Amino acid sequence: MIVTIMKESDVSIFLVEGKLDSSTSPKLQEKLMLALNEAKKIRMDFKDVEYISSAGLRVLLLGEKTARATGKSMTIYNVPDRVMSIFTMTGFADMLNIETK
Amino acid sequence: MLPENELLIESIPENHSMVMDFVDSQISDCPDDVKDQINIAVDEIYSNIVQYAYHPETGGVKIRITVTDVIILEFEDKGIPYNPLTEETPDINKPIEERPLGGLGVFMVKKLMDSVEYKRVGGKNLLILRKKL
Repeated sequence: MIVTIMKESDVSIFLVEGKLDSSTSPKLQEKLMLALNEAKKIRMDFKDVEYISSAGLRVLLLGEKTARATGKSMTIYNVPDRVMSIFTMTGFADMLNIETK
Repeated sequence: MLPENELLIESIPENHSMVMDFVDSQISDCPDDVKDQINIAVDEIYSNIVQYAYHPETGGVKIRITVTDVIILEFEDKGIPYNPLTEETPDINKPIEERPLGGLGVFMVKKLMDSVEYKRVGGKNLLILRKKL
């Protein structure tokens, strides 16, 4: 997994690529928690995410809970169908801010 | 020598990529959506074994993959008896404030596979996952 972060004033844009699993998710968590400290809005481009396991879902839930608790926002967009089906299966489709095309 | 469709490794996080590479090599001819589902299931089961089977020690994990018209994934460890099928099913309709961080791994494996079977045989945990092609 590769995370590329671009900053535009108070927005952090995350381009996430590859597999979000138990070996890669801790890295995303570290970057996300740091960004939630600094930025008001996080936007995550999931266009190139291959798949997400429960370890990745855990990080997204932690991110969303933290954003809500601190008056910030986290939005995920360009979600591929194969990842969206996991969000739907786990109830995450209703909990996260997912921008649909 | 182990057969080509078996991998025997130490249950440590550092072996995660070796496990995933082994799995990829065994299912390379399968459709992409099935590959994703198998990868997710393997990540869940392997990380569970790493965290719990021998905790705080480590030990061996054997993974066997058989591909015919069904993919059969077998995980074997000599750790403490643990039947993942007894895990409580998470309530996915709860509001976010009440959703715990975690507890989704086994639930996802059950959803993504056609069947999940657990056996305790001769001091070993044996978990068998099946996915039809």
